[in-house]
Amino acid sequence: MSELRRPGSRRALGWDSIIVALTVVVLIIASFAVENFGTSRNFTFLALDLLPIALVALPMTFIIVTGEIDLSVASTLGFTSALMGTFWTHGLSIETIIPLCVVIGAILGAVNGFLVTGLGLPSLAVTIGTLAFYRGLALVVLGDGAVADFPAAYTGWVTGNIGGGSIPNVLILLVILALIFGVILHATPFGRSLYAIGANAQAAHFSGIRVARTKFWLYVVSGAVAGLVGVLWTLRYSSARADNGAGLELAVVAAVLLGGVSIFGGKGTLPGVLAGVVLLAALQNALRLEDVSGQALNIVTGVLLVASVLLPNIITSIRTTWQRRRLRSAAAH
Amino acid sequence: MTTMTVKAPAIGSFFKARELGIVLALVALVGYTAIGNPRFLSGQSIRDILLNTAILAVMAAGQAVVVITRNIDLSVGSVLGLSAFAVATMMSANPDLPMIVALLAGLAVGAVCGLLNGVLVRYGRVPALVVTLGTLYIYRGLAYSWAGGSQVNADELPRHFLSFANDSLLGIPWLVLIAIVVVGGVSLMMRNYRVGRELYAMGSSPPAAELAGIKVARNLLGAFLLSGALAGLAGVLFAARFGTVDAAAGTGYELNVVAAVVVGGVAVFGGSGSVWGAGLGALLLTVIGSALAVLDINQFWQQAIVGALIVLAIGADRLVAVRLARSLRKRDSHV
Amino acid sequence: MTATQAVLDVLDVSKSFGAVAAVQGVSFPLYAGEVHALVGENGAGKSTIVKMLAGVHRPDTGQLVVTGAPVDFAGPGDAKAAGIAVIYQEPTLFPDLSVAENIAMGNQPLTRLRQIDRKAMHAAAAKLFQRLGVQLDPTRPARGLSIADQQIVEIAKALSSEARILVMDEPTAALSGVEVERLFAVVRSLREEGAAILFISHRFEEITRLCQRVTIMRDGKHVCTDLVADLTVDDMIRRMVGRDLSALFPKQDVPAGDVVLEVEGLSREGVFKDVSFSVRAGEIVALAGLVGAGRSEVMQAVFGVDPYDSGSVRFLGRRLKAGSPRAAMAAGMALVPEDRRQQGLVMELSIERNVTLPRSRKLARLGLLLGTAERDEAYTWTRKLQTKLGRLTDPVGTLSGGNQQKVVLAKWLSTAPKLLIVDEPTRGIDVGTKAEVHRLMSQLAADGMAVVMVSSELPEVLGMADRVVVLREGHVAAELTRAEATEESVMYAAMGQQVAAS
Repeated sequence: MSELRRPGSRRALGWDSIIVALTVVVLIIASFAVENFGTSRNFTFLALDLLPIALVALPMTFIIVTGEIDLSVASTLGFTSALMGTFWTHGLSIETIIPLCVVIGAILGAVNGFLVTGLGLPSLAVTIGTLAFYRGLALVVLGDGAVADFPAAYTGWVTGNIGGGSIPNVLILLVILALIFGVILHATPFGRSLYAIGANAQAAHFSGIRVARTKFWLYVVSGAVAGLVGVLWTLRYSSARADNGAGLELAVVAAVLLGGVSIFGGKGTLPGVLAGVVLLAALQNALRLEDVSGQALNIVTGVLLVASVLLPNIITSIRTTWQRRRLRSAAAH
Repeated sequence: MTTMTVKAPAIGSFFKARELGIVLALVALVGYTAIGNPRFLSGQSIRDILLNTAILAVMAAGQAVVVITRNIDLSVGSVLGLSAFAVATMMSANPDLPMIVALLAGLAVGAVCGLLNGVLVRYGRVPALVVTLGTLYIYRGLAYSWAGGSQVNADELPRHFLSFANDSLLGIPWLVLIAIVVVGGVSLMMRNYRVGRELYAMGSSPPAAELAGIKVARNLLGAFLLSGALAGLAGVLFAARFGTVDAAAGTGYELNVVAAVVVGGVAVFGGSGSVWGAGLGALLLTVIGSALAVLDINQFWQQAIVGALIVLAIGADRLVAVRLARSLRKRDSHV
Repeated sequence: MTATQAVLDVLDVSKSFGAVAAVQGVSFPLYAGEVHALVGENGAGKSTIVKMLAGVHRPDTGQLVVTGAPVDFAGPGDAKAAGIAVIYQEPTLFPDLSVAENIAMGNQPLTRLRQIDRKAMHAAAAKLFQRLGVQLDPTRPARGLSIADQQIVEIAKALSSEARILVMDEPTAALSGVEVERLFAVVRSLREEGAAILFISHRFEEITRLCQRVTIMRDGKHVCTDLVADLTVDDMIRRMVGRDLSALFPKQDVPAGDVVLEVEGLSREGVFKDVSFSVRAGEIVALAGLVGAGRSEVMQAVFGVDPYDSGSVRFLGRRLKAGSPRAAMAAGMALVPEDRRQQGLVMELSIERNVTLPRSRKLARLGLLLGTAERDEAYTWTRKLQTKLGRLTDPVGTLSGGNQQKVVLAKWLSTAPKLLIVDEPTRGIDVGTKAEVHRLMSQLAADGMAVVMVSSELPEVLGMADRVVVLREGHVAAELTRAEATEESVMYAAMGQQVAAS
């Protein structure tokens, strides 16, 4: 089986370049063909819309590269949002609440990490469980109400632009974090070890890489980032709700896989993932401007997701058949 | 050799212990709740619980088969939505169609969706998680673009279609009867028929299944088809029970279905567990929901409890597996 | 015996994987009532032949002929239907299913309602076990069976499908003396019942005792097919290896230096117990024993990839932290593991990344790997070991087995270890590279490195080692000096008393 998959690996590496190119093409076409797409106002909206997915996708990329998955991120986001509302109504200062929420996100991530690495449970099942559990806790904390009266200085910063221009303040945050994550993944020994773990955890262990510890910390980071996004989400809509971000985990996983990261681990790049995020958000945005139902875009998302794995496979199998036929005819002569 | 024969029943009894454990948990929960509020055991209350279980149990039966083959089908909630909307639309346009046509139509819609999943997994060599995550979007998107924000209301649906949810045969509601037939039939297939044992074999060791000459492709397509078809059937039941159907019907159901299967003792790595265990899992999850309401506990606890149960269930499976491996290793050392 | 028509003819078959020709133009017949040995070194193409017969691989050219009729297997099901049963080195059972179900899979007895007749199925399995003279509970799950019992279940599977052709791929590799005898008795009775058996083994005494005919392969090519009675063991070895044996193992004599590694009373429950030995600089110590005796497990515990329960590992006089490969590496230890594909290399990653994996921290500047440090390092070491490769950025999986092994060696030698542990250093690599690896190990020892070699190949053990530590069932059964170590003394210690009985 692994023999069948291996030849695809180099082509799958190429998928991220394809997706980057595709994203650029879509952006260009959309700014000409779709009215209002190219406006600075729309750019602001687009950036704000893709921000949560992009931020959560950063640690998710790391986790999927190591061959695991974290489906609980959106529920962590919801839980920190609900907590934020509760803390605020109990009179905590916003300066205390924000770091507290990030820390609590990290703790939820640590719980995932412990269940996966400490007890050796399959991450897919564990995080489906904690997906339900954390969202349930969010409901327990805040019920189906909402808390809205956050200080305008903070909500204003999250929705505001740099110097009143068209670049949202929060985009800086994304750029900084993306750079940090990108450098770590692609230019540090730690990044190298993530690929080794994902492609062959046993060989990584034999090479002195601390597989379990590494994965544990990835879950902690994933939880912390989800907690941060919970804060940003709450401030952006000025509304702390238990169901904030529901279903976001699927969009994030879809974007990561679309960006060329293999669900089996060991493959993928951060630029590819960011292109995947932008592509999905841009398509959604353009279709909405064209008055196509946002929900119908689900079809495009799903098709792209399946295609991101299917197409490289098809190309590989065509090449293999072709090669075999050539060998056969060579042997016949 | 003697230690081996002692070990065998211990392993066998574990699998039965899992289902027994759920039954005991059910009895305890029902008993405790009934003491707190005797109305919990009233005919209407039991009827509601069973009706609510029915839809979940039908889907859990299909999901269990897929999970036993070491795959997963996350698209079932979307298939339910698509099927529910399709059948409701059909019935509102043709009120004279008999119920059986509605049921068959739902099965057919689901079967096509399931078959597409299976083809992509087997012939596209795309992991089931990715395929069904993708088709979760695709099928839901189809439902939305078809419905376009509209919904089918109860007053547009023929009377016999809506009453199907409340009618009963020999005192048992049709919905419950269908669920019992489905869970019982699929259990029987998995337990006593060759194809069922082959599905277990495929999940227990995929490479060995290929080497044993099992028709892996056919069986895998069959498993996904079954899961899709049953989700489609659940869509019809959903439409009949709730009367109002829009494109969002069944959103997020996949989570409950997977939860029922995992809590019911089907191992996420395939090869073990039972379909009727998954049915029991569905019942337990539903009873927990009703019990919370009856006991006046914050309704919002329900989801947290479901999540905790999933983690607990896989944790318990893992614990047993580790214990077993350790005892086997010790035994080998004495050889 | 009608030796006129073969039950199975392998006719001029070839099979390539990418650029590697695994089998080229091999032909041989299998006759009913005969056990036919297939021998060759690791990587000679035996497994590929087995997989063709099993219907897993289709020959690129050539043909398989079953009782006179050409066959073309589209999958394992077809081979099974043609009456071929394959027993793999690693049994392929379904751990969650009962033993009886494993045997009956695909042709379970059915009741009138086409349901599985469990009673009949269990009775049939019990009957087969009786015929094979073993006591196994048909209702127990296959999980947890010993390798020997798993093989018995595989044989029962073949019997139940009434296979006329039985292919056994190194069935004795992991068996103890008693278990081998039991297996032989079964094989002989099958032979007498008219089955044609293809038997793959590395042990020549098994071939001379059990087999009538032998086919020898080398580097994917057919060397000869002869009656076993017409050949001596030396003939077979010479044809198999294709050169003089003694030239293969050039161990230089080096005066031993200081003690580098001291292992004392190392135990892990159920795996190994009270293992003690030491290794000096410049010495090559071989760990010999049967497969499953715990050799690799001991060395993996020493290196820290596996835990141990009690005992101690001292390195250059200092006690080493248990369960930490990182500590072992920092102290100056390196482990070239047994399973290259699963443990030694990350197949999807490039050659360069594989070579620098254990050293990427050292190569980083300010924590970053930006320049060409990795490439330079990989280039230097692959050159040093004369690795044949295209580009350093190619996935390491595209290399041949021998060159992959060189990449593993490069990976660990680049860490400049004081102790090198090599587990099955020449498994599955061609003869030429084998000699290179042996020369390299000898050279490293001469330069003062301490070397521990785990090997199942007796000639390699006898040729390379200064001392031989023999393990049996997790215990140290004997420690032999170079002078004391002979084929007999090592095998005697490895197998225990049983070898004397045969």
